Amino acid sequence: MADHSISLTINGVKRDSQVPARLLLVHYLRDVLGLTGTHVGCDTSQCGACAVLLNGSAVKACTVLAVQADGAQITTIEGLAQDGQLHPIQQGFWEEHGLQCGFCTPGMIIAAHQLLERNPSPSEEQIRHGLEGNLCRCTGYHNIVKAIQHAAGAMRRSP
Amino acid sequence: MTTQLIGQRVKRREDPSLITGQGQYVDDIKLPGMAAIAFLRSPHAHARIRGLETAPAVALPGVLGVFSGKDLSGIINPVPTGWHLPNMKAPPHPAIATDRVRYKGDIVAAVVAQDRYIAEDALNQIQVDYEPLPAVVSQEEAIKPGAPALHEEAADNVAFQWTIGGGDAARAFDEAEVVVRQRIVNQRLIPNAMEARGAIARWDNATGELTLWSATQVPHLVRLLLALTNNLEEHKVRVIAPDVGGGFGSKLYFYPEEAATAFIARRIGRPVKWTEGRQENYLATIHGRDHVQDVEIAAKRDGTITGLRTRVVANLGAYLSTFAAGIPSVLFGVVLSGPYRIPNVSCEVIGAFTNTTPVDAYRGAGRPEATYLLERMVDLLAAELKMDPAEVRRKNFIPADAFPYTSALGVTYDSGNYPAALDRALELANYEGLRRQQAAARAEGRLLGIGLSSWIEVSGAAPSQVLAAVGAGGAGWESSTVQVVATGKVTVLTGSSSHGQGHETAFAQIVADRLGIPMEDVDVVHGDTGVVRYGVGTFASRSAAVGGTALYNSLEKVREKARKIAAHLMEASEDDIVFEGGKLYPKGVPDKAKTFQEIALAAHFAADLPSGVEPVLDATTFYNPENFTWPFGTHCAVVEVDRETGNVRLLRYIGVDDCGNVINPLLVEGQVHGGIVQGLGQAWTEGAVYDPEGQLLSASMMDYAIPRADQFPTFELDRTVTPSPVNPLGVKGVGEAGTIASTPAFVNAVMDALAPMGIRHVDMPLTPERLWRAITASQ
Repeated sequence: MADHSISLTINGVKRDSQVPARLLLVHYLRDVLGLTGTHVGCDTSQCGACAVLLNGSAVKACTVLAVQADGAQITTIEGLAQDGQLHPIQQGFWEEHGLQCGFCTPGMIIAAHQLLERNPSPSEEQIRHGLEGNLCRCTGYHNIVKAIQHAAGAMRRSP
Repeated sequence: MTTQLIGQRVKRREDPSLITGQGQYVDDIKLPGMAAIAFLRSPHAHARIRGLETAPAVALPGVLGVFSGKDLSGIINPVPTGWHLPNMKAPPHPAIATDRVRYKGDIVAAVVAQDRYIAEDALNQIQVDYEPLPAVVSQEEAIKPGAPALHEEAADNVAFQWTIGGGDAARAFDEAEVVVRQRIVNQRLIPNAMEARGAIARWDNATGELTLWSATQVPHLVRLLLALTNNLEEHKVRVIAPDVGGGFGSKLYFYPEEAATAFIARRIGRPVKWTEGRQENYLATIHGRDHVQDVEIAAKRDGTITGLRTRVVANLGAYLSTFAAGIPSVLFGVVLSGPYRIPNVSCEVIGAFTNTTPVDAYRGAGRPEATYLLERMVDLLAAELKMDPAEVRRKNFIPADAFPYTSALGVTYDSGNYPAALDRALELANYEGLRRQQAAARAEGRLLGIGLSSWIEVSGAAPSQVLAAVGAGGAGWESSTVQVVATGKVTVLTGSSSHGQGHETAFAQIVADRLGIPMEDVDVVHGDTGVVRYGVGTFASRSAAVGGTALYNSLEKVREKARKIAAHLMEASEDDIVFEGGKLYPKGVPDKAKTFQEIALAAHFAADLPSGVEPVLDATTFYNPENFTWPFGTHCAVVEVDRETGNVRLLRYIGVDDCGNVINPLLVEGQVHGGIVQGLGQAWTEGAVYDPEGQLLSASMMDYAIPRADQFPTFELDRTVTPSPVNPLGVKGVGEAGTIASTPAFVNAVMDALAPMGIRHVDMPLTPERLWRAITASQ
């Protein structure tokens, strides 16, 4: 199968690769680049475990081909913490016990990132609505909501 | 300095890696030279395999091999079941089918290739000549004469008939003032851990050792059964459960894929990985529940329950999974009388084979089926007698002064105070206010409902002798080793294997608390049989009560040895040595104190130890509990049903649970939250749907409705504390509590909402369509 050249920036690092046309973005991240923090939960864009930021929007990387991401800026869970400092959303998940098995967590954090960028002061209802595209089987969402509220507060205090 | 850490809200030490994408789940592991496996699965629920042509698949570039059932037969033994009831039929379950497939998803062949994309391409090239056979999906149809038979060994599709009872149920019903009957369907569920299963096998030809990384709750059980099926020596099998993305029971078994993956690694001489796809997970990972229950409850007019009788047909699927037989029988039957004093109980369970995915333990495992049955019947009785459901419950509770209490079913509840939990739940809910609100809403024609559920659980799969007596082929103890190195740093080896619960945090708290050392000085190791040689695993809400106590007991041994050494060094009597806050000193002479670290160093150098005392502070315990633990509580759901659409809004959810003493409230609350939503998933939206030919229609997250964040309000929770006398920590299990409690609370609330329309019972899930149909039919 003929390979295609792609060039994209992932977590601030420029990457040039040859990939088969059918390679999914999530497999490119995981298997080619070794960025295994992005998980595959459902294969059908339902669960959101594979969410990454693609040009600033949360997208489900299991339903994007690597070649479609050519030229894009991508942030994965590995790229959120800066200089060894957790991102406030990551900190919020830790403080509020917003994760148990941790498998959905990277996608949840990415979804929360988009949510808070669009609405820095979301109500509980808005948070719950904003998480509709992400499934968690452990937490009952209770502490995920609290984690995002915690993060929103921290981010408002130090934008 | 206070060192009390047991009971504190300590943030999880597991989290920093998981929130930064540094977790390591099976699919994240990449070994040099690793190939990929994909399984070809039967598209038919029932068929004979007349022929299998693999040559076109083998010819595909990048394919390293294709294996069918014939390649395994004689080399790999059938996958065994581990729970044997009297006179049970346990037909063989080949890891890869040879001549017949019995459910959609049964493995027909395995392809191993350079990568997963090629392996999946190759699946399409395998030609199988199937002769479809009539299939049976419903357990009630399966046991009728003339139904298609799955196994020669069980021509009537009956795996077992099992009974339990106590008192004289027949007489109780003859003499009853009131009898209420209901047929209840506890529908089939699909567990859906967010991480599907996966396995990596590596065979080392030089040493004859096999290493299996598996997304499992029970690495030691997998080690044993892998050794048995693959004819390996158990001490040369190492099973590693790395980070595991949830289980809920679905990763509590030895699966055919694990046997096949290990076989293929050895055969091709390369490490191989299998990653379960989500659709595969729907088809091939066990399902849960699936009971049809005919139930009768007998009572006096004053609401006193005098008898309970039920006949259950349980769907076991096509083969007996590891603990399949025990779930709808023992784990269901022994808690049928719940928190109530019911003197006469009779229960018969028939376990049936059908052409469906095997059914085994799913969060709660038998206990939700029993609790739902009982709590629905209590509400139906209350409605019949026009009594308040809270009063019927209160009237029948086992009194707080009756513990330890031996029920009519012969099990002994360790401790409890059921009225206290009910009272607290009613108080939190403002129950009387809610009833007034309901009356006002009804006057406006609105359908507001309030539902209660009072639950108990038998948790902590515990005394090995009892488990053996009821047919479980698994032990009920747990292991712990506490290793103290020269500097006083501690490593704990525990057989309780975490898959999201937070064992590393909770167990480190216990150590730091008991030894008075910083938590940072404690490492907790689990999930690797190469390091932790003995273990049972994490299921049945057992880790704190059994694994935690095993750890506590090892720490007692370390403390005792440290005191002995301190006494010797301080020339004091051992009885006079005080050990607190990480320091040891003779009573009344704190100036002479030595730190735990100093004693650890002395134990290590061994220059001056009391006679007969071995060097090093190190202790191992195998804790085999004397009883299960019996957590309990009362939950309350408040709902409003839209009479035009059948849509339910969950307005409030209140829960009061009692799991005895608590090691870390943060973790306990997390377990309860998640449990509640899983139970509400069953009540509200979830259910496996098969067509009559045995095709699973709900085989993706698009078709199977897992609860989402926007369905729920913030839960209102509290706890009462009734310590367990069974273990020195006083803890009880909590992992399944929420799931057991919430399903009946929600359904009772919806039925309460619909009561003015004369609707008595609707089977789960209470989707808008089902409720709309019921409402429409009632008008």
